[in-house]
Order: sequence, then structure tokens, then C-alpha cells
Amino acid sequence: MLADVKIPEGYVRVFKRPDSMSDAPYTYCPGCHHGVIGRLVAEAIDELGIRGRTVGIAPVGCAVFLYRFYRCDFIQAAHGRACAVATGLKRANPDLIVFTYQGDGDLAAIGTAETVHAANRGENITAIFVNNAVYGMTGGEMAPTTLPGQRTVTTPEGRDVRTTGYPFKISEMLAQLDGPAYITRQAVYDVRHVQMARKAIRKAFRNQLEGKGFSMVEVVAACPTNLKVSPVHGNKWVTEQALRYFPLGDLKVRDP
Amino acid sequence: MRGNEAIAEAAIRAGCKCYFCYPITPQGELVEYMARHLPRRGGVFLQAESEVAAINMVYGASAAGVRTMTSSSSPGISLKMEGISYLAGSRLPAVIVNVMRGGPGLGNIAPAQGDYFQATKGGGHGDYHLIVLAPSTVQEAAELVMLAFALSDRYRVPAMILADGMLGQMMEPVELPEPVDEGAIPEKPWALTGAEGREPRVVLSFDLDPQGLKEMNLVLQATYREIEAHEVRWEEVDTADAEILLVAYGTMGRIAKTVVRLARAEGIRAGLLRPISLWPFPYEPIRALAERIPVVLTVELSAGQMWEDVRLAVEGRAATPFYGELGGVVPTPKEILSEVKKHAR
Repeated sequence: MLADVKIPEGYVRVFKRPDSMSDAPYTYCPGCHHGVIGRLVAEAIDELGIRGRTVGIAPVGCAVFLYRFYRCDFIQAAHGRACAVATGLKRANPDLIVFTYQGDGDLAAIGTAETVHAANRGENITAIFVNNAVYGMTGGEMAPTTLPGQRTVTTPEGRDVRTTGYPFKISEMLAQLDGPAYITRQAVYDVRHVQMARKAIRKAFRNQLEGKGFSMVEVVAACPTNLKVSPVHGNKWVTEQALRYFPLGDLKVRDP
Repeated sequence: MRGNEAIAEAAIRAGCKCYFCYPITPQGELVEYMARHLPRRGGVFLQAESEVAAINMVYGASAAGVRTMTSSSSPGISLKMEGISYLAGSRLPAVIVNVMRGGPGLGNIAPAQGDYFQATKGGGHGDYHLIVLAPSTVQEAAELVMLAFALSDRYRVPAMILADGMLGQMMEPVELPEPVDEGAIPEKPWALTGAEGREPRVVLSFDLDPQGLKEMNLVLQATYREIEAHEVRWEEVDTADAEILLVAYGTMGRIAKTVVRLARAEGIRAGLLRPISLWPFPYEPIRALAERIPVVLTVELSAGQMWEDVRLAVEGRAATPFYGELGGVVPTPKEILSEVKKHAR
């Protein structure tokens, strides 16, 4: 544990775990972007000083153990239902800061309806949408966001758009609605983009504090295990493949 | 008051703070009543995009520590089953009202009792039970809603009010229960309120470790045994000298009461046992009566779903004929009476 490392005299610790994170070791694979994104969420919670009133909603999938990594209240939701569960929590107790953390299978397939309607109602919640274009935990099946031609265990010859449709552009779709306050797409494959994603996540939480309504940060991420590539190559896949279909930037910002 | 409205008003008086719904007949008046009255009285009314979303909103609101309810009718309840299983697994209290209609599939909007299996034997996945209460009058519906909230909180088990289209639509005078003193509702030391000044809490329905999940299930099973020991409810009518016992619940229980009166007028000593709690089921009271009553006739608006539990209770001690109607057809007392005559000595 980092916390146990003895700091030699004369040295100062400049990098530590966010207070909102526990000591529990991550259960993610090497090169998976969940680790970075999870940390950015914790940093936002720390910076805004909201740990004591935050409730996180863990999804089904690789991030199901999210509650172990944080030091705030958590609930685990059924596959796809996080935005409905968040709605119930927030409506029951508007003082809570409620965030969902969902993958593409969760948010963009089985939970599309819950996501679209929560966004359209302008629910005052924050959604973190990790889009790695594949079903991770179940073993690498096609996701709604899988790229054309991308090989997965259920598209062994590559995704054929004639039979399985096109990558689902959830952020573009939600940005058309009147309900959401903030829809943005970010990535974490290099330091500059990590910094941009950090700002976006903080803004998505600050919006909730300010009562602005539904905010979603999509993060285009790599799943090296299911892409069957090295962590470094995972980053390359994001820049060379995924971003062609999922361009980065703010899609909707409702500011006074 | 209409049955649906009495259920809604009773829920507000029971301290229901959040109600989530998706419209479906024949429980529309319940939704409308909540839309009109709950926000004015400090609660949250939200029409969800689907039954699936509505029950998951209940899941969230319950985790936040408030009393919460949803209502629907048969096809909508099927959609809620995923969320109900999660509520059961996460030990979150909630009240679910099912105003049953004819099925399976889309069925029709006439009163039926074909959801008995679904309500009492699981319905969703996994080893769980709901507390299932079946009113037979509008008055009783209002009272059982209050009880459902109390029992659900006490045991951390979701409770279902199993009514039907007849009861939902019927108008009867009703003496509404006094509103609960909200200060007297016990604290929920598991609720998610933000971890300020305490250790974080988690609400989970899973444990990937089989031994851990077994422990979670054993806690549930121990709770169910406790409920079975303390919360069995039923009504008996003219059973003391009965030579034939009718067993019926809800709307059918009410018709069966008339049948008992008609039979007695013709010299047949009929009696009735009306289960009020369908889970836990009154096995023991039925068993005790079957020791001395030779015929136990189950009457039901289904093909014989509760009949299975009646036969489990009787275990061969008496004859167990069955009379049921299907598809939303409601038999007249006379039709049932002729069935009674067939089986009475």
C-alpha cells in the first residue's frame, strides 16, 4: 500500500490517493482505463468537498466492485438501470450528490431507455459513461458501440453493419434533447486528455451541486484484454480507431 | 371511495414519500390519485418511462431511506420482477400493489387471480419471498396498505398488495386509517444518506463468493422463517360446525362469504377460511380445520394456483375439490353454491 511507504526525511509526499478512495487494490486488468477514470471521479469528489453527501451507483460489469474503491455510500444497480436508481435516490433526498458509473453495455444497450429518459427529464444527477466498445466482464462480446469491422467474440469476422447496425452515438443523441445540462466526450489515453477529462468530470459534478441538471461525461476507453492487445497498443487503438467514430469535445453545454 | 383511491390515500397516510408508476388498467385511479395528492402533501410523484424504470426508482428511493411504493397490473408486474428480485436481494423495503387482471400475456382488464404463483412463489429470480397481503374489501385494502409498509420496514422484505380489477374499481364506504406518526417510524441504520462522520454504507444484492452469497441467503431465509412464525393472517367464517370448508381469498373470498350464507340457508353447514396473508400462507389453520372437516373446496379466479397450497396444507386429511374461473370471468354465488352442493354430504 502506498500509504505504508515510509517517506525519507527531507522529502514531501506530493502524490497520494484521493481521500475519497479506499486502500482496496483495483481489480481491473493492466492498461484498462477504468483505473484512471475512477481516480478522476474521486479527485472531483475531493475537490468539491462532497464525499459526505455522495452516493455512487455501481453498474453490472467490470466496475461492479466500484464500491470497494471509494469511501462514500454506494449501491449496486441492475444491468442498465443505474439512471433509474439514481432518479429514485435523488428524488427521495435531493441533498445527496448522486452519480452513476456505467459501461457501454450497461448505458447504451440494456439501459438505453433509462438513460435517455433520465437525461430528458433533466434529472439532477451525474453520469460517467465509460465507452470501450466491448462487453468487458462477460468475455468480449459486441457492444452497441463496437466499431464497424471490429472483431469481438460475437463478431468473429468483424462487426458487419449490415446485420448489426452502427456504433451507437449516445452523446450525440442525448445532446439533441432539451433536458441535459452538459454532455461531453473525453478520453484518457495521454496526460493532456486526462487533464481535460478531469475538468469535464469536475464540471459534471459541479453542475449537480448548482442544480443545473443531467450531466454526462462519456470517456472513450481501452480494454486491452478484450482487444487482445498490449496496454500501449490499447491507447493507440483509442486514437487511431475509436476516435474516428467518437470524436472528442463538448456536445452540449447549457450555461447561463 | 374506489378501491384504487383508498389504496393510494392509505399509502400517503402510511408515510409513503415517493411513488413511481407506469400507467396500466385497471389501476389507473391509483396513479391519478397519487398525481393529484402526493406532491401537495410533501411527497414525490413520478411517472416513469416503463415499469422497469419505475421499480428501479423505488429501489433507489428505498435505499435513500424513505417509504416508497409502486403499483401496476399483471403484465406490468411481470416487468417489475427484475427490480423486485433486487429489492429482495438487497433487503430493501417497498410496497408493490398488483391490481390483477386476466392473463397470460396482454389478457384483459377483468378481475382475475392468475398472478398468485408469481406473487407468492418468487416471480423474479432467486430464493426469495414477498410478504403478500390480499384484501377483499376496500376497507381492508386501506388497512393492509398500512400494514404492508410497517411489515416491509420491520423485516426489510418487500411487500405486495395483491388485489384485482374488481376491488380496484369497486366503490365502498371506508373509514380511513389515521396517518402514521412519522417520528415513530424506526430509523433505518442501513440507509444511504452520505458517509459524513461515519463509515460508508453499501447496498448490494450480490456476492461473487459462493460462501458469501450463501450467508446472505441464509439471512434472508431466517427472516422468512421469522415472518412465517409471526405474520400469518386469515379470517374464518362459520368454521366451528362446518361440514364443508371453502378456501378463497380477495374478491373470491368475498363472494365465498355470500356462498356460505346461502348454503347455511339451505341447511348445508358451510364455512370459509379466507387467507389474508398469501405469503406467509395459513397452512396450519387449514391443516387444523381439515382434521375435522371432510371436504375442503378451493374457489379461485385461476386454474388452481392457490389450490396447490391448500392441498399442501390438507395433506390428504380431507377431500380437496377445486372450482375456478378463468380469463376474467367472475362466477355468481349461485354457481359456486351448486358446486358446494355437489361436494357436501
